[in-house]
Amino acid sequence: MSGKPRLTYLNGRGRMEPIRWLLAAAGVEFEEVYLETKEQYEKLIKDGFLLFQQVPLVEIDGMKMVQTRAIMSYIAGKYNLYGKDLKERALIDMYVEGISDLMQMILMFPFSPPDAKDKNLESIKERATNRYFPVFEKVLKQHGQDFLVGNKFSWADVQLMEAILAVEEKVPGVLSGFPQLQVFKTKMSNMPTIKKFLQPGSPRKPPPDAHYVDTVLKVFKK
Amino acid sequence: MSTKPKLYYFDGRGKMESIRWLLAAAGVEFEEEFLETRDQYEKLLQGGSLLFQQVPMVEIDGMKMVQTRAILSYIAAKYNLYGKDLKERALIDMYVGGTDDLMGFILMFPFLSAEDKEKQRALIVQKATSRYFPVYEKVLKDHGQDFLVGNSFSWADVHLLEAILMVEEKKSDVLSGFPQLQAFKARISSIPAIKKFLEPGSQRKPVPDDKYVETVRRVLRMYYDVKAN
Repeated sequence: MSGKPRLTYLNGRGRMEPIRWLLAAAGVEFEEVYLETKEQYEKLIKDGFLLFQQVPLVEIDGMKMVQTRAIMSYIAGKYNLYGKDLKERALIDMYVEGISDLMQMILMFPFSPPDAKDKNLESIKERATNRYFPVFEKVLKQHGQDFLVGNKFSWADVQLMEAILAVEEKVPGVLSGFPQLQVFKTKMSNMPTIKKFLQPGSPRKPPPDAHYVDTVLKVFKK
Repeated sequence: MSTKPKLYYFDGRGKMESIRWLLAAAGVEFEEEFLETRDQYEKLLQGGSLLFQQVPMVEIDGMKMVQTRAILSYIAAKYNLYGKDLKERALIDMYVGGTDDLMGFILMFPFLSAEDKEKQRALIVQKATSRYFPVYEKVLKDHGQDFLVGNSFSWADVHLLEAILMVEEKKSDVLSGFPQLQAFKARISSIPAIKKFLEPGSQRKPVPDDKYVETVRRVLRMYYDVKAN
């Protein structure tokens, strides 16, 4: 039996993608089980794997963990990506929660009704450029360090890197007003574990397409 | 200058209520500044106090903390309500994630139309009784201890009590199929700091009313219709 964490989710980004990023950034290999049918999902529930009947599910260190934030906090804590003390953890939590709010908009985007897609895309662009990116641009400018918190690579850096790339897929050139973030993106891309994750053949999932949306609706629809 | 934490929010529950509960449970006195006008909010924004332009905001230990979950995690850790190790923290985080999702259905309730409110009430009760309460009922039954995690009072217990009371406000007999939770509710309610918080005159806020909804809409200029889940 493998000691590697095992991820159960659909074969796509969704709520599992930030977990894949974090494990990869920490240099942790993992296995994946993909939900393709409603029956698979119902069996997981019946067999008592899903505490609140939901995925993501990550089997790690003898636990069947659910709730994305709980899983990420555990991984960050275990692999020293959560700062050195309570105050650094507070900063990381604030940054990660903010980024997560932005990512939520991207998460929901493929499920928008067709007549709302333009508006939602505009909202993503507006929030990224007026609310979220300026904060991290300023943080990096003010301390002049490579990483967001405590001059050390952390969960916050991974999450920001993921968000930058995800927004760029929707709004090319979105970093044009953010020189610090451009440098940050390059630095993160060159970190060995992240560089590996960004290469073809890694567990990184592609942007959600129609097939992904169909699978989600099929597996979870009542 | 006071060293008490200071909470910036509307004079009502919303996302700040869980923070009030946790501070109270930890026996920590706090001050509050209530947002009543758009001007107050804009002043906070211009002053750079709101990292992502949002409240809740809590001034604590020299930080202007935002993001409810970050604030709650900080308080829980600082006041030893976060378990004794990484695995207990993981359990607490999972349980709190569940009660947070449940309370999320209630958070938007005051902003819904009358018709949507009825549907949402039914949804809240259904989720509580079929998805969330059974989990905590089983946890308590399986280990037979007083508290959810590690035989020690934690954030998870405070959050669950808050959720139970909020759902009961929507359906008073919702705990009828959950004997463990009934006992849990009685037990946690009688902890001195919690008992005090549950008494009139505490900083616990009442069920949100129309005045609260108007204030939030006015201050945030949030005039769009809120849809049910």
